[in-house]
Amino acid sequence: MKSAQRTSRPLALAVAALVGLPLAISGCGSSTAASPSEAVTELSVMDYYNNEPDKSFIGDALTKCGTQLGVTVKRETVPGKSLISKVLQQSSSKTLPDVLMLDNPDLQQIAATGALAPLADFKVSTENFAEGVLSAGTYKDKVYGLAPTVNTIALFYNKDILAKAGVTPPTTWEELKAASAKLTAGDQYGLAFNANPTYEGTWQFLPVMWSNGGDEKKIDTKETEQALQLWTDLVKSGSVSSSALNWTQADVKDQFLTGKAAMMVNGPWQIPALDKQPTLQYGVVKIPVREAGQTSVAPLGGEVWTVPQTGNKARQAKAAEMVACLNSDENQLAMATARNTIPSKTTLSDKFASDNPKLATFTELIKTARARTGQLGEEWPAQATKIYTAIQTSLTGNASPADALKQAQGQ
Amino acid sequence: MSLTTDLPHSKGQAAGGAVKSHGPGTETPAPRRRTRQRRERIFQWLFLVPAVVYMTLFFGYPVVKNVVMSFQEYTTSTFFTGEAPWVGFTNYVTVLSSSLFSTSLLNTVLFTMGSIVGQFVIGLALAIFFQRKFPLNGILRSLLLLPWLLPLIVSSAVWRWILDKDSGALNRFLGDLGIIDTGIPWLTSTSLALIAVVGVNIWIGIPFNLTILYGGLQEIPDELYEAGSLDGATGWKAFRHITWPMLRPVVSVVLVLGVVYTLKVLDIILGLTNGGPANSTQTIATQSYNLSFHEFKFGEGAALGNVLVIISLVFAVLYLRASRRAVDE
Repeated sequence: MKSAQRTSRPLALAVAALVGLPLAISGCGSSTAASPSEAVTELSVMDYYNNEPDKSFIGDALTKCGTQLGVTVKRETVPGKSLISKVLQQSSSKTLPDVLMLDNPDLQQIAATGALAPLADFKVSTENFAEGVLSAGTYKDKVYGLAPTVNTIALFYNKDILAKAGVTPPTTWEELKAASAKLTAGDQYGLAFNANPTYEGTWQFLPVMWSNGGDEKKIDTKETEQALQLWTDLVKSGSVSSSALNWTQADVKDQFLTGKAAMMVNGPWQIPALDKQPTLQYGVVKIPVREAGQTSVAPLGGEVWTVPQTGNKARQAKAAEMVACLNSDENQLAMATARNTIPSKTTLSDKFASDNPKLATFTELIKTARARTGQLGEEWPAQATKIYTAIQTSLTGNASPADALKQAQGQ
Repeated sequence: MSLTTDLPHSKGQAAGGAVKSHGPGTETPAPRRRTRQRRERIFQWLFLVPAVVYMTLFFGYPVVKNVVMSFQEYTTSTFFTGEAPWVGFTNYVTVLSSSLFSTSLLNTVLFTMGSIVGQFVIGLALAIFFQRKFPLNGILRSLLLLPWLLPLIVSSAVWRWILDKDSGALNRFLGDLGIIDTGIPWLTSTSLALIAVVGVNIWIGIPFNLTILYGGLQEIPDELYEAGSLDGATGWKAFRHITWPMLRPVVSVVLVLGVVYTLKVLDIILGLTNGGPANSTQTIATQSYNLSFHEFKFGEGAALGNVLVIISLVFAVLYLRASRRAVDE
């Protein structure tokens, strides 16, 4: 009996500790949910800029805004692929950060769950933003996220190769096909794009689809069929390698960089890599349209900053100030210049384009760029899957563009 | 001494109940003895507790959760609101009636069978080869384990580069040998992609088969071969009448485990082709992953995942029966 008593004391201690632990943890938790009157001195932030140099650029902007607002920033960066699962975990355990970055096509998905606060609740200005940028940040008529800088895709071309072949950058589909065919010789393809079975493949197809009047809600239309016919013709004729079916945008960039593709569809985030090779002279034009006179409509890319519903109004208000600060004219210009992206306010376009001639085409495109979720909202992922399935079916020759689109739409 | 008399007693109690073991002739056990028995019982349970807790937490909960999820409309909002309406078999109907299901099922079967046959035949051939004594045997055998040690994401990235149509190492090699003129689209042709993916998976699975089968071969006593050779059983005959029957229990374990591992392969396919081109390498596993984590249809993803679990379960039962027979033998 004696021995039992002796051993039970540490046991009791351990039990007390175990019982106490959650109390201690919840104690810490409750301090964050303090009364609104208490001054906010710290904001937690989560984003997916986990690679240099973006990691530092964004980190610097956050720190700068933090100093302005009198808060310290506790930042967490997670890999892009795991951001959404992390956000879902945190929303079920009610531990969302004060400021959350999301990839713009995911915003409506998350806003639909009720996890985000409308920015109007905190009087954050949404003036001067490009229409597409606001539509990407909007769910059911309320703006939930703002992107300081955005991006899109255009046609890069190798100046030397085109000059040698006597080809001028194409502006229409016919010109694109002719130029690509002429630039294809030996090891070199005329054009490289990405048509892989992921949302990236859909994203790269959107410019031709949208510019021709295609509609993502109903893809078995004449307009989308014509666009898919163009992609199919380019691959069938051998102007684009059939490897496009498995390339990522980074692979496409590598093809262009090594001179294996004379032109490519890609975005401004590839510019630092291209500039590392001084011998490479390249230009950027809008993605060609079917007929002269059509407008080239580009898809909008970029990340929006949001204020999750954490339940603490004071902290949320401070977080909204942080979002506003990141979107100030000054910060938009600084981040855009540093990261080769485009400021999302159209009032800044002219100044930015003249200061950064390399990004002029992209800046022009952003004014009319469309958000992927603009029409479909949370239905976008399902429809984007159908679009890349149709692209793959047609490019592999399993079905004609029209049949591929019809099959996919019916799925 | 007391221990030995105690044990059978408590065993009898556990099996037949208290009444049976305490026949009319036996006296009621002393209270001291009864408490000791009870304590022993408690200790038996205590030893079980960690395993039971572990199994419930890490196997029971996810399985039950997944089954429940497959009957719910489980979306992204569920994570925030906790609301997941019960929808009965809707998810199963949607998933099983989708035109993609038959493609995925066929691909899963072809992928699994192709991988298993390839891995097993090559693994067995190598295992028999390494039975011989020759210099560098040990080093070569450990080098063959390399594919097993590499992270799958790394392997698939490297293979993706090797199999590239235009600048891949394999096509370059075949081209230099003059076997081909233009690059073979290993990963971008609907007729070749599945074969290429199976090939890579065979490469990854060989070490597992080699190791287990080699271990099994080592277990076969040399005397059998000596006796056999006296009766004229050498070479193929020795393999047919000595090696194969002796290796059978190991073989069934390798095959069944191989099937279960291969059914759920995800990272290799995602890394190589992402299920493309045009779904020609889409399996039930990759489709379930896509549904849950790309389209956020967690209910449908769970339903398809359960279909896969049931298929695996069939093989798991086969494995249990095979291993029980192996023990009996």
